[in-house]
Amino acid sequence: MANLTLTNSDLDAISPRLVLDKGTRPTGYKEITEDVVGIVEVKTPKAWWIAFGLSLLVTGMLFGMLAYQVMTGVGVWGNNSPIGWAWDITNFVFWIGIGHAGTLISAILFLFRQKWRTSINRAAEAMTLFAVACAGIYPVFHVGRVWRAYWLFPIPNTDINMWQNFRSPLLWDVFAISTYGTVSALFWYVGLIPDLATVRDRATGLRAKIYGALSLGWRGSAVHWNNYEMAYMLLAGLSTPLVLSVHTIVSFDFAVSVLPGWHTTIFPPYFVAGAVFSGFAMVMTLLVIFRKCFDLEHLVTIKHFENMNKIMLTTGTIVGYAYGTEFFIAWYSGNPYEKFTFINRAFGPYWWAYWTMISCNVISPQFFWFKKLRTNIPFMFVISIFINIGMWFERFVIIVTSLHRDFLPSSWGYFRPTYVDICTFIGTFGLFMTLFLLFVRFVPMIAISEVKGVVAADKHRHLPEEVEKLLVERRDEIMKVRV
Amino acid sequence: MSLIDLEAIRRIFDPHAPKQLWGVVAEFEDEQALLKAGEAIHHKHGYTKLDAMTPFPVHGIEAAIGIPRSILGYLVICVGLTGTMTAILLQWWTGAVDYPLVIAGKPLFAFEFAMPIMFELSVLFSAFCCVFGMLALNGLPKLYHPTMNFSRFGRATDDGFLLVVERSDPKFSAVETRQLLMNLGATSAEIVED
Repeated sequence: MANLTLTNSDLDAISPRLVLDKGTRPTGYKEITEDVVGIVEVKTPKAWWIAFGLSLLVTGMLFGMLAYQVMTGVGVWGNNSPIGWAWDITNFVFWIGIGHAGTLISAILFLFRQKWRTSINRAAEAMTLFAVACAGIYPVFHVGRVWRAYWLFPIPNTDINMWQNFRSPLLWDVFAISTYGTVSALFWYVGLIPDLATVRDRATGLRAKIYGALSLGWRGSAVHWNNYEMAYMLLAGLSTPLVLSVHTIVSFDFAVSVLPGWHTTIFPPYFVAGAVFSGFAMVMTLLVIFRKCFDLEHLVTIKHFENMNKIMLTTGTIVGYAYGTEFFIAWYSGNPYEKFTFINRAFGPYWWAYWTMISCNVISPQFFWFKKLRTNIPFMFVISIFINIGMWFERFVIIVTSLHRDFLPSSWGYFRPTYVDICTFIGTFGLFMTLFLLFVRFVPMIAISEVKGVVAADKHRHLPEEVEKLLVERRDEIMKVRV
Repeated sequence: MSLIDLEAIRRIFDPHAPKQLWGVVAEFEDEQALLKAGEAIHHKHGYTKLDAMTPFPVHGIEAAIGIPRSILGYLVICVGLTGTMTAILLQWWTGAVDYPLVIAGKPLFAFEFAMPIMFELSVLFSAFCCVFGMLALNGLPKLYHPTMNFSRFGRATDDGFLLVVERSDPKFSAVETRQLLMNLGATSAEIVED
């Protein structure tokens, strides 16, 4: 019986380990700590300062533009009548959508016991937080009088002596987005506590005190882990419906109206799939860069990227299917306004936006059917950028093409962004990058304790006896396939 | 387990305070060795005031050293339902009682339109309960704990697997417990003072 046991390298041939050996050095617990915490401990690299300076500059432009808009009025944007929602809400939905991949990776994949998520969830959750921060700017500034934005919340007040209208999806949005932001932040911080303790125990002086305070005295006790794992599982269970509800409610902002092109029941699932699609594209874009910069190729492996590409392929195909369904229903419903809107989208004055959306979102992910392309890093990087662009255009198409020509030709118009629109949008990327750079500098960008759990599971993995027997019998065959 | 341990705070500020024996901390090679030792010391030798310190959650350790299942779930469901009730009351009272206003002929209160906010507030309340309930059950934040006096405590968050036996255990005896841990395969065992 003894010779039936397979070695780890035999098992690797069947299902590769998620954490790969780094050169000849084995990847043990200590090495993982070194590799991840090392990034936070070294002297700040020059490249980081350059990148940080640039993003700060762009963020400065964002704040300049926002200040100008507050002082002058919403008129500095290209919004007009009938296009009262233009780039502001496009950008809002775009950024919120980006955020969804983070929650999906940390919550839904956790509940499905997808161990591969552990190497990428920390960075993806951070991305969620920063994307929600960027998204929040738009609706708040869109109200015009930003200093009255607190009127959105049901706070007893003496200014207006009235309450919010809870029958409006726009108010549901306020609750959905603020809940989403809060829960994402809590989830992220809970995940961080054990890793902050790891940084604390390696640091000295002031750093040890700061990380010590942040880690709340975590000492990895079995009692701690017991409650911690329960809390983490419950948070994942809560975030899973939450992430679906957020984009569903965002889609209600449109679907509950009567405007042709918006008033459709397909919106909630279609928006959620689109959000996951765009979010994964952004995680891809960021991780391709950061794992290279910080030498983390053994922790964020090609297998992670391949899995992400598969998710993009799935959600991208759902999105493409939704485009087709929209067109079909526009025709099949027999509603002339609906039909006009869709023909106008494809061949009207905004045809260029529509076809950019189609080519980026429908065609790009289809390449991932092929394993060669799915595992080719430069290729997937380019595709992820295309998807980011395409998903921005999707929101633009939905919002602007529906608004610009509604029921009556007397209320038709055309939207052109002003430089304030453009610079504000570019500025949010600056804010996003600034926050992300601060994150990679001061916080372990990979969930150390979770990756160690995966390594432990890899170390002690075994197959059911009959499977193992079969594999030993057909060992030569399997090894041949591997070569 | 109190949130504010006055005795511990006094000792931090008074370095001359007399130290006292707190327990024994032993270090093990890996998670398997820890599990085996924990199992033996709890089930075979009858120790009860046990704890482990590991860099990642070692599954099965709770059963091995007798830690009951977390009660957090029950707390969360209660607080979550409070959130649901808050949302119903908020929407009903503000829209149908305090400021009734007919908008587009819709009813002043109905469960259909109240649903999204009921859901969001249930999740929000539950999430707060998850995090703060977990911290409270763990007695955190607590920046000082006697086990931190263990000379290689830093390994607990890196690559060490530590087993803790507290002095309050009825079977505790500094010398014998230490020896027992060494016999169970510990690479080192140390008496820790508070």
